[in-house]
Amino acid sequence: MNDYRIQGATGDWEVVIGLEVHAQITTQSKLFSGAATEFGAEPNSQVSLVDAAMPGMLPVPNRECIRQAVRTGMAIDAQINKYSRFDRKNYFYADLPQGYQISQLYHPIVGTGSIEISLDDKEPEASTKTIGVERIHVEQDAGKLMHDQHPTMSYVDLNRCGVALMEIVSDPDMRSPAEAGAYLRKLRSVLRYVGSCDGNMEEGSMRADVNVSVRKPGEPFGTRTETKNVNSVRFVMATIEHEANRQVDVIESGGTIVQETRLFDPGSGTTRSMRSKEDAHDYRYFPDPDLLPVELDDEFLSECRDSLPELPDAKRHRYENEFGLSSYNAGVLTAEVETARWFELLLMESARAQGEPPAKVAKQAANWLISELFGALNKLGTDLENSPISPEKSGELLALIGDGTISGSIAKQVLELMLETGDAAGVLVEREGLKQTSDTGAIEEVIAKILADNADKVADYKGGKDKLFGFFVGQTMKAMQGKANPQVVNELLKKALG
Amino acid sequence: MTDLTELGVAAIRDGVAGGDFTALEVAEAFNANVAAAQSVLNAFITPTPEKAIEAAQAVDAKRASGEPLGKMGGVPIGMKDLFATKGVQTSAASHILEGFTPEYESTVSQKLWDAGAGMLGKLNLDQFAMGSSNETSFFGDAINPWRRNDGGNAALAPGGSSGGSSTAVAARLCPAATGTDTGGSIRQPAAFTGITGAKPTYGRCSRWGIVAFASSLDQAGPMARDVRDCAIMMEVMAGFDPKDSTSLELDVPSWEASLSPDMTGKRVGIPREYRLDGMDADVAKSWDDGIAWLKDAGAEIVDISLPHTKYALPAYYIIAPAEASSNLARYDGVRYGLRDLPEGAGLQDMYAATRAAGFGAEVKRRILIGTYVLSAGYYDAYYTQAQKVRTLISHDFKNAWSLCDVALAPTAPSAAFALGDKSDDPLAMYLNDVYAVPASLAGLPAMSVPAGLNSEGLPLGLQLIGREFDEQGVLNAGLALEQRAGFVAKPEKWW
Repeated sequence: MNDYRIQGATGDWEVVIGLEVHAQITTQSKLFSGAATEFGAEPNSQVSLVDAAMPGMLPVPNRECIRQAVRTGMAIDAQINKYSRFDRKNYFYADLPQGYQISQLYHPIVGTGSIEISLDDKEPEASTKTIGVERIHVEQDAGKLMHDQHPTMSYVDLNRCGVALMEIVSDPDMRSPAEAGAYLRKLRSVLRYVGSCDGNMEEGSMRADVNVSVRKPGEPFGTRTETKNVNSVRFVMATIEHEANRQVDVIESGGTIVQETRLFDPGSGTTRSMRSKEDAHDYRYFPDPDLLPVELDDEFLSECRDSLPELPDAKRHRYENEFGLSSYNAGVLTAEVETARWFELLLMESARAQGEPPAKVAKQAANWLISELFGALNKLGTDLENSPISPEKSGELLALIGDGTISGSIAKQVLELMLETGDAAGVLVEREGLKQTSDTGAIEEVIAKILADNADKVADYKGGKDKLFGFFVGQTMKAMQGKANPQVVNELLKKALG
Repeated sequence: MTDLTELGVAAIRDGVAGGDFTALEVAEAFNANVAAAQSVLNAFITPTPEKAIEAAQAVDAKRASGEPLGKMGGVPIGMKDLFATKGVQTSAASHILEGFTPEYESTVSQKLWDAGAGMLGKLNLDQFAMGSSNETSFFGDAINPWRRNDGGNAALAPGGSSGGSSTAVAARLCPAATGTDTGGSIRQPAAFTGITGAKPTYGRCSRWGIVAFASSLDQAGPMARDVRDCAIMMEVMAGFDPKDSTSLELDVPSWEASLSPDMTGKRVGIPREYRLDGMDADVAKSWDDGIAWLKDAGAEIVDISLPHTKYALPAYYIIAPAEASSNLARYDGVRYGLRDLPEGAGLQDMYAATRAAGFGAEVKRRILIGTYVLSAGYYDAYYTQAQKVRTLISHDFKNAWSLCDVALAPTAPSAAFALGDKSDDPLAMYLNDVYAVPASLAGLPAMSVPAGLNSEGLPLGLQLIGREFDEQGVLNAGLALEQRAGFVAKPEKWW
């Protein structure tokens, strides 16, 4: 993956990628107005006088948006600029009532930082790579045009207009679609941990402008194109793949790449030109005279820092070191903030139910969550966030396994019943008579019958067919309806078969 | 019985409170004057006699039940048509906002109504406050009630942009009016019409609900008959507003109660750079009069230097249009106001047609200048450079304040000129702001006080500029001037 190359007619090409991610800041109200930000509301139902740019209306910065941008910057170890300023980016469009977007060009609130990505998600021990972040600035989102409501007119919905965005600009540090994908997933994870953005790409709360260029390895950067507003990880990767190949084709057939803005078409998986540099707007940026500079004091900064949660990388290391989890399991459990949160609740409940310190039951909880619950939820077509059973009920189940009341295989059955009925594990085990038995008398009785019924196989076994031992175990367990303690069955069988 | 329309803010407030006359009588008297003058002076774009009556009745009712009447209880005023007034057309004297009726009330106008003032109507102005003569209004010229003493009866400009306000106060159509001052738009029209106008420190009055011209310069203020009336009204208009990020988080001083014409121990600075070559002799003389009067009031006169003065006007005519070009982008025909959508036209055509039809020539000129100076490749040469000049001008004043407490200068380089005299020459028109603009760029409080009549029988104003937040110093010096100038002349009623 380090050596992702486009094989051209003239040799191998390297692709150079930078991403500008627009992340909607999770807040109740917009960046400069009190209007609500909820997704999916009736068109134009969340529009203040400021958002509609009525005459004489003025923007007032929403402190929470500033705070979330600062916290995000801190989460990627970025430089926080105690002095920043808002600028106007001037252009006309029907979804932009003011005729300018309030953004930050000259003095962004967050300076350089970095994000570490794993080069293979399936293998957390694979090498990592640090992707530089050039800056994060805060700006307003635009509204939406609807072209399908009227035969000759377009409609404008201003609900999204003025919603706060962070624009997170990476350095051109990525070299393959997979790296870009890993960067996006990691960034999304960090944003969700911090709580500054819900990362919901379908609802458009995270979208990326994809900058791509190609070059022969070792040569200077080529001319880049920017593909706007790509709204899923998969599409970002497809954009890069298509765009890199297109650029190689253009160059190898004697053409040159023009700096331009392109659009991704999810239907065909291709990009097409939107406008070239010559048609680019002159945005006439200048400091917004309606707004004072943003000056952050130490008290504000330390509040931001103190309110940061444990972030995914730190958490993963703690799970490995403190709980002894495998690197893979730790990676899976920390990739999404919800998973980690759920896991930690499960761990607490399970430890409490078993009267053990969390570190002692962590592996059990991790294995069960990853190999049992994830699978079961997947089959039901749901996920952890919507899991019908709680960490508390799951903890009870784990305790029943831990103290030998049920076996691991019975536990699968109990989990299914729990998902079906919503009843507690203990109740189900009792009601269905699923308790594991270690009653040697009963087991010996069953064994005796099985050996008697299969005299031929007993002879074969004694004649050296060792593999038949498994057959006898299976028959015994089956006869015991799975409730026999497997260890006890093993011991008794060995004894009976001499 | 007294002609109630000869009374100012303080006299009406006190008279209503004391029961000498009712607020309704006052409102009716001014309504009558407004109606009688409207077709000639064109001071108002939208007279609102019913609003004045309604407010007056509310004040009279309060008085009857013994409730407090407010700092301007019973005083009807004119409202520059740049302030958003709920349910009343707010046009900024433009075609593009003709018929626009806001659902909201500007902070400043709301404060005035809350203080017991009533609205006689929305006053004429230069379109989007861009102009120095009121000639750029889409709703026609406002006519200065003053005439030259040459018998020629030439129609004179009332100044601008608050030309409707100056006309109305001078012609006794209202005792006071609101103005806004971006580069002299309160002070110059006040000087042209023999009234008093004050611009507080930038940020004193909320800009919320005032149609924006140049955000970093726009500042509302009172226009009235005398200094005391300005103090009263400014006290009501000022105050921190969380809805305006540039609003000053300061308490409003009791300017009226602290008025004092005693200048003992005060130093008055005379900026030497303001004494321009070829200065109008009458203007120069009135300045000298002012110096003598303030000396008489106990002040020490000192010579000061504001070395970057000559760059102020060019810097202003870069910064203000730059901000305006962006502020006026919202008038696009999409959501409110004029929409010109030619048959089969697309969005760009609609923008072009709407803005071509909706903006007047001067507004277009400033949008073009502003767009140009912000353009890639020109930004640093113009806008950045102008901002540096602005900083230097602020420094000039800071340095001067170590030598003096308040500066005295003419308000405008001449008395009122005739309509049409300068309307074809933008540069000549812009030069009218030469004395007013430095205080605007520095955000300082300043006011114009009538100083006397020139040889043509037209009023001249003297300007006082003070330290940041020191409106009191400006008002006090203004009062000292006013008392010594003894300006009692008023335009003879010919309309």
